[in-house]
Amino acid sequence: MADPFDAIPAGDAEALAERLARRAVDAGLVDVRVRTIDTRLGTLLLAATPRGLVTVAFHGDEPDATLERLADRLGTRVLRDERGLDGVAREVEALADGRARTFDGALDLTLATGFRGAVVRALRDIPYGETRSYGDVARAIGSPGAVRAVGTACRLNPLPIVIPCHRVVRSDGSLGQYAGGVEAKRMLLGAEGALAG
Amino acid sequence: MTREPFERLVREHGATVYRVVRAVVGPSDADDAWSDAFLAALEAYPRLEEGANVRGWLVTIAHRKAIDVLRRSSRATVVAEVPERARAHRDPDLDLRRALAALPDRQRSCVVLHHLGGLPFDEVAAALGVSSAAARKASSDGVRRLRSLLEVDDG
Repeated sequence: MADPFDAIPAGDAEALAERLARRAVDAGLVDVRVRTIDTRLGTLLLAATPRGLVTVAFHGDEPDATLERLADRLGTRVLRDERGLDGVAREVEALADGRARTFDGALDLTLATGFRGAVVRALRDIPYGETRSYGDVARAIGSPGAVRAVGTACRLNPLPIVIPCHRVVRSDGSLGQYAGGVEAKRMLLGAEGALAG
Repeated sequence: MTREPFERLVREHGATVYRVVRAVVGPSDADDAWSDAFLAALEAYPRLEEGANVRGWLVTIAHRKAIDVLRRSSRATVVAEVPERARAHRDPDLDLRRALAALPDRQRSCVVLHHLGGLPFDEVAAALGVSSAAARKASSDGVRRLRSLLEVDDG
């Protein structure tokens, strides 16, 4: 006779996770809710705290390092919540695909503190369809000598796409670096009609 | 703080936890028992000591929650209400559950924790508050009895 325990099937993982997410969120037991979305810029991992969207991460198809970082910074009660983040996902997808200009949902800027926080706040002032140089942003936050540090802060922006670090380019007009790769930056700026030439 | 994101526990141990609770409570209450178990685990997770045996901890919680669900819904009803025609369909899952339900409580718990939950006997013993030897014996008695019940069904 075969192993009799093989008769017990596994459950429907997605439906189970969905129900757990609803109950856990209702009970206030979740530090961070996560889900992935597929966009023309690749797979993105979205993470939200009860305060709002806290991270958009490129390479969302390899989420482990990102999830560990989130657990470390924001709490270990990290849970998948596909349906609960549907609205957020639709908004970010529209931005990534160039069908929307702004993100209107709540943001949690906990992961951008100090100097990096100042840079991220300055990025939010760059209008759609325009670009600034790293030097422009350094001057805007009152640290004109901190051009390199601004570059680093842009690369470490916890909310790319939503907070437009892609609108910061080098003073010679070349695109500079981008967490999602320079091609993603080109696509985002192209959709905004912000590419020179 | 090097504790894993809870999401990984659900991904890695969700299926094991499901089979444990389903073996005890059956298909109609399995989803409830599963989310009861993970909800209790989520609540307690920040207090779990570093380096704890996560699977053992989860399986133990799952077994306890499944027993709670069983007490609420009364096992007798669940088993008695199995329609006869289901037998004709040769539903091995149902047969196994009926056989499990026919075991004495301790045998069933030991069988479920060891064979479905994958807990070694010293962890089974700790979860049930019995000696390791008693857990091992209850499990092998339980499996022997299960097989004979299932073979009778095969006839």
